Amino acid sequence: MPDTLLFYLFATVAIGASALVIGQRNPMYSIMLLIASFGALSALYIQLDAPFVAMAQVVVYAGAIMVLFLFVVMLLNAPQEDAAEWDRTHPLRRPGVARFGALLAGLLIVELVWAFVRVNDANAAVAARGDVAEISSVRSVGRVLFTDYVFAFEATSILILVAMVGAVVLAAREEKR
Amino acid sequence: MIPLGHYLVVSAVLFAIGTAGVFLRRNLITILLSVEIMLNAVNLSFVAFGRSQGNVDGQIITFFVMTVAAAEAAVGLAIVIALFRHRESLNPDAFTSLKW
Amino acid sequence: MDLQLLAQFVVCFAAFFMLVNASAVLVLAERKVMGFMQQRYGPYLVGPHGLLQPLADILKLLFKEELRPKGADKWLFTLAPIISVTAAFAAFAAVPWGAETTFFGLLDTPVKLGVADVNVAVLVVFAITSMGVYGIVLAGWSSNSKYSLLGGLRSSAQMISYELAYATALASVIMLAGSLSLRSVVDAQAGYWLGFIPRWYLFLQPLGFIIYVIAGVAETNRAPFDFPEAEQELVAGYNTEYSSVRFALFPQAEYINMTTMAAVATDLYLGGWHGPFLERYGLGWVWFLVKVGLILFAYIWVRWTVPRYRYDQLMQFGWKWLFPAAVLNLIATAAFILYFNA
Repeated sequence: MPDTLLFYLFATVAIGASALVIGQRNPMYSIMLLIASFGALSALYIQLDAPFVAMAQVVVYAGAIMVLFLFVVMLLNAPQEDAAEWDRTHPLRRPGVARFGALLAGLLIVELVWAFVRVNDANAAVAARGDVAEISSVRSVGRVLFTDYVFAFEATSILILVAMVGAVVLAAREEKR
Repeated sequence: MIPLGHYLVVSAVLFAIGTAGVFLRRNLITILLSVEIMLNAVNLSFVAFGRSQGNVDGQIITFFVMTVAAAEAAVGLAIVIALFRHRESLNPDAFTSLKW
Repeated sequence: MDLQLLAQFVVCFAAFFMLVNASAVLVLAERKVMGFMQQRYGPYLVGPHGLLQPLADILKLLFKEELRPKGADKWLFTLAPIISVTAAFAAFAAVPWGAETTFFGLLDTPVKLGVADVNVAVLVVFAITSMGVYGIVLAGWSSNSKYSLLGGLRSSAQMISYELAYATALASVIMLAGSLSLRSVVDAQAGYWLGFIPRWYLFLQPLGFIIYVIAGVAETNRAPFDFPEAEQELVAGYNTEYSSVRFALFPQAEYINMTTMAAVATDLYLGGWHGPFLERYGLGWVWFLVKVGLILFAYIWVRWTVPRYRYDQLMQFGWKWLFPAAVLNLIATAAFILYFNA
């Protein structure tokens, strides 16, 4: 029972915060709300017996990527979207877009409900809690990561290096000639 | 025990919210944030499926998705900075002409 | 009421109480120790030998006027100190500070002395302390003042730079201990070599300990790395525009961060609550407090002995010296483990 309550609480926070993220005019508020959403997702990962992913989510996403976003917003002193222009140019104002969007949203809801019902019907019980702590411990994650997936692991390290170099090159000021 | 479907629904809703953010917002930073929401939704799906299979592969894939998201956020924000320096605007509609 | 639950609650409350008192005691200790090092008495008038000074300080702060600058962001200005102090308290939740106790036989099953026994405790502490950056960066931004903004940006850049060396030094100890749980790391340090040298990781990882302490000092924005809040250079850095309770929360967060760093250093390198005589009587936590106290004294000592790093020197040191040293330490530790356990 408390498990279910916690799940609904964290799911509500995650979805609610994300919905608010896309509705804010001030990007700083968006970022703080997204951090709250990530925290709730981290709690969901803990409920899914994935402690390493949960902490990695906090450290990498909420603690590093969002700090990066925050720095960029502060350094650019990003202008907020002007309220009048927001109302005037909002894509939902155009009738074609609004109808198409409503159709897509309706299709998505139908599909979600269908998927939900189907999955719950065919729902093989999520593996019993017996040795989950051993299966998804950090030790086993590390073992699998460094044996079965070691190539992808090394490739991501090169990817990060490339991203670092790329970010520095792209954001560098041009030389004044 | 929370059934798998619940997690998938949360993931689907988050993904839909992220997609809506990408389409509807006219601010480059918020568009990038919506992309992060989408990636997180996918992460949740992976971990949920991994848990229901009883092995650790879902978490491994999540690990890689997070790394790729970090790299993509870094490069994306560097591009945003370069664009902003040029046009003083974060509205993607300001960059519609092919002339730099 | 279930006695076990009540015991858990008492332990949690004791930890919280300890932290809050730690920040009050540190306020006084800092000024007294500083005074004695500078050949003067420090606070002397309030209470016997100035012992009630923190009380006077806190009362003064509580009665000040709550200001908020006109251009300051309404929500973020108040949210920043809340994030700082919440992250500071929450990080201590994963730190164990004693072995098990049955409260003199009152309980059936012993309760562990620590708010939560998480099997990824090291990661939890690291994750939550990295959330503390937001308090500072938001304080700097939302104050709408140039001193605050500069101080906030510099301070947060410093914190995230030194997090790398901090995490790498942690990783070396984790490799030695074979577990991410702080309780396991402490238990791996029980016992003695040759009968009298305690099996602390300090002796196996001297470079790692130095790197960890330096990174810890930089993480908590303490001297010699406190350029962002240096009184002489930046007025007060990110907390320039804050007053009264919102201000009081910032130094409290700083002292509690210091205490958490010292506690984690004790658990990782100094053997936690293991010590000569007291463990037999279930008083291991007294050793823990002694060791944490020593590290905190070292913090204060360094602050008033060494001059401050300039900001660019500080960043250079963090990236070009400390982080490579930490990586070398990690590689050397891995080689050591392979060689001796192969």
